[in-house]
Amino acid sequence: MSVDRRVSLGAAIRYRGGGTMWTWILHRVSGVAMILFISLHVLAGFLSQQWGSNIGFFINSVYQSLAFQIFIYFCVLFHVTNGLRIIALDFYPKLLSYQREVTWLQWLIFLPIYGLSVFIMISRSMIIP
Amino acid sequence: MSAKKAKVKWNFYTIMFWVMRISGICLFLIAMVGFVGALLLGGRVQLDLSTLLRWTFFPNPNHVISSVDVQNGWQNGFWDAVQLILVLIGIVHGMSGLRKVLEDYFKGSKVKVGIRAGLMIFGVGLFVIALFVIRAG
Repeated sequence: MSVDRRVSLGAAIRYRGGGTMWTWILHRVSGVAMILFISLHVLAGFLSQQWGSNIGFFINSVYQSLAFQIFIYFCVLFHVTNGLRIIALDFYPKLLSYQREVTWLQWLIFLPIYGLSVFIMISRSMIIP
Repeated sequence: MSAKKAKVKWNFYTIMFWVMRISGICLFLIAMVGFVGALLLGGRVQLDLSTLLRWTFFPNPNHVISSVDVQNGWQNGFWDAVQLILVLIGIVHGMSGLRKVLEDYFKGSKVKVGIRAGLMIFGVGLFVIALFVIRAG
């Protein structure tokens, strides 16, 4: 399927694919990150539920921190919006001519949802109950 | 723009293309089931935003136990079934995504077999562990 192009890392970084290339990279990175963190989270839950393992509790305490939740929320929400864009363009190939505009639309949907949620999460965490 | 319809050759890659699209849509719809379900159960006033997002992502009672009484509709056979379906589809989606990424960087037919076998074992193992977590929750 894919062609062996033997591109160096420097050339890859200098390559100017524009916004759609960055969404492709972010889609991969967020996908791999989610697999890594969710597998670890499931394993930690398993360890702490079955044996009361301290390692399990420690890993899950990292997951409960605000910074981590903001990070993993970015991965999930970006993967969802970008995935839905890819599916929409696959089902209506005529839209491919407007790929750039559709990507802008995707950011226009992503940023308010993400920004508002993160704002609420941070401001709530600063209120001392 | 009258494009001639290309004849689709049905092979492994075509099937995986559809698996990814269909499982992706299913995951989104199941997440919406969790989101709407949480709001119907009174999550709008009982949950804070991060708890609601945790529950939307995976409707496990442990995700909301800090905010609500889970016996009050958050822990039952329906949510067990939703979690089970979510884990199954999620593992299929995740493993085929990982296969695509890995096969872009590691070439060779023997390597390919190794990657696919390894992901198969990883996925099944993760599913068994997740079953324990869901049932013990």
